[in-house]
Amino acid sequence: MSRIGIVAEQPGESRVAASPTTVAKLRALGYDVAVERGAGARSSFPDDAFARAGAEIVDADAAWSADIVLKINAPTDAEVSKLAPGTTLISLLSPALRPELLTALAERGVTALAMDAVPRISRAQSMDVLSSMANIAGYRAVVEAANEFGRFFTGQVTAAGKVPPAKVLVAGAGVAGLAAIGAASSLGAIVRATDPRPEVADQVRSIGGTYLDVVVPDENKEVSSDGYAKATSAAYDAAAAKLYSDQAADVDIVITTALIPGRPAPRLITAADVASMKPGSVIVDMAAGQGGNVEGSVAGERVVTDNGVIILGYTDLAGRLPQQASQLYGTNQLNLISLLTPGKDGVLTIDDDDVVQRAVTVTRDGAVTWPPPPVQVSAAPAAPAAGAPAAAAPAKKTLSKAAKAALTAVGIAALFVVCAVSPAPLPQHFLVLTLSVVIGFYVIGKVAHSLHTPLMSITNAISGIIIVGAMSQIIVPDPLVQGLAAIAVLLASINIFGGFAVTRRMLAMFQKGDQK
Amino acid sequence: MTIVTTTDVSGLILAQSIATAAYIVAALLFILALAGLSKQDSARRGVAYGITGMTIALVATFILVLANGSLVPDDVTLYLGVGLLVVAVVIGAVIGLWRARVVEMTGMPELIALLHSFVGLAAVLVGWNGHLYAEAMAPELVGIHHAEVFIGVFIGAVTFTGSIVAFLKLSGRMSSKPLMLPGKNVLNVGALVLFLALTVWYVATPSIWLLVAVTALALALGWHLVASIGGGDMPVVVSMLNSYSGWAAAAAGFLLNNDLLIVTGALVGSSGAYLSYIMCKAMNRSFLSVIAGGFGIEAPRQGDEETGEIHETDAASVAEMLKDASSVIITPGYGMAVAQAQYPVADLTKKLRERGVEVRFGIHPVAGRLPGHMNVLLAEAKVPYDIVLELDEINDDFAQTDVVLVIGANDTVNPAAAEDPGSPIAGMPVLHVWEARNVVVFKRSMASGYAGVQNPLFFRDNTQMLFGDAKQRVDDILAAL
Repeated sequence: MSRIGIVAEQPGESRVAASPTTVAKLRALGYDVAVERGAGARSSFPDDAFARAGAEIVDADAAWSADIVLKINAPTDAEVSKLAPGTTLISLLSPALRPELLTALAERGVTALAMDAVPRISRAQSMDVLSSMANIAGYRAVVEAANEFGRFFTGQVTAAGKVPPAKVLVAGAGVAGLAAIGAASSLGAIVRATDPRPEVADQVRSIGGTYLDVVVPDENKEVSSDGYAKATSAAYDAAAAKLYSDQAADVDIVITTALIPGRPAPRLITAADVASMKPGSVIVDMAAGQGGNVEGSVAGERVVTDNGVIILGYTDLAGRLPQQASQLYGTNQLNLISLLTPGKDGVLTIDDDDVVQRAVTVTRDGAVTWPPPPVQVSAAPAAPAAGAPAAAAPAKKTLSKAAKAALTAVGIAALFVVCAVSPAPLPQHFLVLTLSVVIGFYVIGKVAHSLHTPLMSITNAISGIIIVGAMSQIIVPDPLVQGLAAIAVLLASINIFGGFAVTRRMLAMFQKGDQK
Repeated sequence: MTIVTTTDVSGLILAQSIATAAYIVAALLFILALAGLSKQDSARRGVAYGITGMTIALVATFILVLANGSLVPDDVTLYLGVGLLVVAVVIGAVIGLWRARVVEMTGMPELIALLHSFVGLAAVLVGWNGHLYAEAMAPELVGIHHAEVFIGVFIGAVTFTGSIVAFLKLSGRMSSKPLMLPGKNVLNVGALVLFLALTVWYVATPSIWLLVAVTALALALGWHLVASIGGGDMPVVVSMLNSYSGWAAAAAGFLLNNDLLIVTGALVGSSGAYLSYIMCKAMNRSFLSVIAGGFGIEAPRQGDEETGEIHETDAASVAEMLKDASSVIITPGYGMAVAQAQYPVADLTKKLRERGVEVRFGIHPVAGRLPGHMNVLLAEAKVPYDIVLELDEINDDFAQTDVVLVIGANDTVNPAAAEDPGSPIAGMPVLHVWEARNVVVFKRSMASGYAGVQNPLFFRDNTQMLFGDAKQRVDDILAAL
């Protein structure tokens, strides 16, 4: 049975990598849990809450010497040296940006699992800390903006005059952007959003925003294949820049969330755009820590420009909701550990054949195992998957089309020959037959799906019309024929009476909601 | 001995013109009946048209029978005939009305299949009578008459045994697994070729033994055709048999020189065929392959079936989830009919709607064993039909739905159809339930659907499995609410 240590973060980080709820669930997976004294204080999780959930409250050294160490932020050099060889560390590690940290951990013999390397596939959504933190940060960005903004978000007509609603522009409709759109629109603001991926337009609309499309001539906007936004083309950038300039002059609040994995954040709002904004407007640059989407934003700072525009460059937005963030982070981590503990016996095992487990493992057995082999998101293959059958289908269709045309021609020719050679009453019967067939097709063409069964039972009743034939045979001078005809009449009348009665019974059951 | 007088003849002529006029009116009323049945608002009127049309046709035919009867040389035949006619109609009416009154809505597919078999058998009998007794006719028409007898008997007999097998399969008296005789396509085609040969022979030398032979052949063919179709394809089979029963009536119309039979038979035949076509399109399947019972045999079984971890849940947690939801979609399937769960489901719907939860139903075109089967069951349980939506109407809404309850459906909600081009059901339109935030699947066990395809939906992270009898589980949820 392994022991999990939950350590306190550095000063400046208000979150902690567990909540009393997740501690209880970790214990249910068979682990012993040790929490460093005071680790949850800044997230409003007091030590005795952890103790009640079954954790042992220990000092820092004891927590760091556990078999598995849970943490939020990547360890500092000093913290790395506290880790014993053979320890498993689970935390944010930014493996793409900090190769030297991975080397240090590998040399120390630590197995490191990076929470920020969870692949974006639907199975791993429950472990995706980037999404859960972005969600919190997006919400908090709106709250910060509202705090700085000197007016209502919602429009009102009061006795003291009319108040127009605030206009909010959200750049980038990822998880953070969508959370910001949702929060701002539920406060009553008019929310607009931009994003280079056209497929997010519906998501934007679904939570109350308006999607602003960047109109680029002669270019297909790319559908993202890995769930993240990509760098954009020059023509797109020019069109987008104009859109942002126009919008900046119009809106009151701008929230930028544009990030491209492994690259500095794209510059969306120029100094000139900021200068065109109204005094008192607020910009929240959620990408300030990665270089900023807004010219003039400073990471971690609040800046006021000469024309009175406030630019917030806070990098700890998720940490500003510490209790919420700790709880979601802890749950994401719990889900990962639960995946790694298939036996629920407190033994952590890493299965290299599982894409999720392989992806998060960045150092193991003294070696750096980053990057993992590439994975595709499950949501995106819709396009290629739909493409393949679409390509195959036309070939099959053209074949059957030709066959169909040939069959139709043969059928019409056959009908013509039969009618031409057959004696008196037959051609007339064929005329009646063909016209009735056509009428049957058209009459049924628009039948409501819910009426299929009643339709079938009424056609059933109507096909009991064969009784007419049987009736005409019942008075021929041959008792055998009469007997057979009588049986046919009997059968057909069961059909007629039963069919109509059951149709009526079914239709009587159908009723509209408002008639109740 | 009745003496034929001029009064009788003119009476016959009058009766015949009345019958002809009545038949035209009846045919028109039948067309209006089918047209009325395509919309909810006009459906009841449609039935009224149908009943009126049938009454007019029957009364006119009865008058014609009486007028013809006055020409029959002996009274015994007339009295016997009319007596038999009245008795048969009365018995038939009593049986029909009684069955219609007592049938369970879940048993509707069986009843309809059984009714089709009656039309088939009646057509066989009419055909046989055509052989046993033929009125004098022009010599060039004799051969045609023989061919008509043969075709009528053949279609009728195929319809008869096909419907009987469908009935047995639907009522569980026969395994719903497809029968797989070696070279079954050869058997089917061989039977058709043999039928053509027999027809030619019979036209040349009409012998009762040939008629017996073709009847036996057609009975066997009908049996084999439907026996080799799996239980899940029954919606298509039932509507196809519906179509056959129409063609059988039309063939009898040719035989008896009766336009009303031709018109009505063709109407039923073509509308049934069209309905089968709609069904097949809904399953993305070729009409011919369903009729020939080809599905599931050529389709290569996938070796690498997706497996993974399932998340089991209990009724109390589902109730909790439903309480917090603002929109819920229920997608029922055959399992709901089997478990008779439509009443508790309707109760659940009512309770949730009273709480202000938006509840809707998503019905796949081939859910159940009869086209529109689910709609009838839900209507029986008094679920308003305007919240029961079709696949196309509801498919885009799943992404904005909090909870989807999948009750006894499997293949119709299989994401493999949309996402895995190698799947045997690839391309079949399915309900996109997996796009919803939470999916609860009510299921007896982990067995696969009739298509024998594993369902990756069960292993999705947003899917929870609620095992057990659907009715029992829905009752548990109701109790927990």
